[in-house]
Amino acid sequence: MPDPYTLRVNGTDCEVADADLTESLLFVLRERLGLTGTKNACTEGECSSCAVLVDGVLTCSCLVLAAAAPGQEITTVEGLGDGRDGLSVVQEAFVDEGAVQCGFCTPGLIVAVHDLLEADPDPSDGDVREALSGNLCRCTGYGRILAAVHSAAATKRSQL
Amino acid sequence: MSDVVVARSLDDALGALADHPDATVLAGGTDLMVEINRGLRRPSQVVAVAQVPELRQWSVADNRVIVGGGVTYTEMMTTALAEAAPALAQAARTVGSPPIRNAGTLGGNLGTASPAGDTLPVLAALNAQIVLAGPDGERRMGLDDFVVGVKQTCLQPGELIVRAEMDRPRGRQEFLKIGPRNAMVISMAGLALVVDRDARAVRCALGAVAAGIPRATEAEAWVAERIHWDNGAGVDDAVADEFGQRVAAASSPIDDHRSTAAYRRHAVAVLATRALKRAFAEGSSGDA
Repeated sequence: MPDPYTLRVNGTDCEVADADLTESLLFVLRERLGLTGTKNACTEGECSSCAVLVDGVLTCSCLVLAAAAPGQEITTVEGLGDGRDGLSVVQEAFVDEGAVQCGFCTPGLIVAVHDLLEADPDPSDGDVREALSGNLCRCTGYGRILAAVHSAAATKRSQL
Repeated sequence: MSDVVVARSLDDALGALADHPDATVLAGGTDLMVEINRGLRRPSQVVAVAQVPELRQWSVADNRVIVGGGVTYTEMMTTALAEAAPALAQAARTVGSPPIRNAGTLGGNLGTASPAGDTLPVLAALNAQIVLAGPDGERRMGLDDFVVGVKQTCLQPGELIVRAEMDRPRGRQEFLKIGPRNAMVISMAGLALVVDRDARAVRCALGAVAAGIPRATEAEAWVAERIHWDNGAGVDDAVADEFGQRVAAASSPIDDHRSTAAYRRHAVAVLATRALKRAFAEGSSGDA
């Protein structure tokens, strides 16, 4: 068992004690820190429903060893909101465009779209498909997700 | 030693491995964490090397490219490495998804040593030397000697993959692979082809069609004699097709859950033909 360690999550220091060495960041976020916005599905990096930002880099939290993550700045979907009702521009766009059906893939998509629009404020359709190629959605057929990304991008550009 | 050492320097990492040679080395986690999450591995000690600055370094010289073991697929695609080692960038781009490419590293691909590791045929075709560091200093070897079997390497306890040093020949490079979709796929067959105009050579290595990463040396020598090196002519359909067949003869694929031996042998021939035609497309003269 590792010594207790501290993770920096959404700007807050969170102590993790009595954790097993083999626990993933995904497990620790959900089961020890109660941050259940990050979803647990494949646990092998195939679906990106557990996507978070680690030091600003889009990362599958299931593939991060939590005990090796102290000192890194972790941002989960809970840390992204800012606008209407605490929602980010991206989250608002997902609501407005109806890009959510069962909702399970949504947090990972939200994080991935934040990451995309930070790097590229005006992505083409191909850019969006490439950026989200690891985010699996089994409900929507992706059409409304693409629309939401373009809508969020337009909103963000108009705010510059 | 605590159960986890997050190494901040190469000395840190090597020191931790010297103290605990059986510790598990964790790089990007894209292979190891999958096994841990599935309960297939349960390391009692981990040395995490993703934050070792020496391993994150890469450099490009006139005729040499050096890539640290901690360089990520994303970095292979988005830095000056992409121009200096185009096949490496092409291979990196076919790995997983953006978050996987942000995490996965060259050293991890080498350490896992899967026949389907997408950078490995590129390293073989670029005559890469793999450099390991351990308690007795550095040692280096070709990929052939590094990969000793399916997911088996010659790494000794206490050793770490530090970097790969590869050629930077003048000429076109191609990496191609076959899988069921255009993203998130593990290769059913893969191929790297590198033209070296100064050596008047074509180098071709294969992924996912043998226990190791074979070079198609017979096919390489055969095609080099048919290319008119002064102008890049000589690669017609017949030559490209026969090259494909000769390359496929260097494979020794098996049937498994991902594909069949027959399909892999066919696919690798198609990839070889396609890569050669691209490298010697009219007007390109095999040039970069």
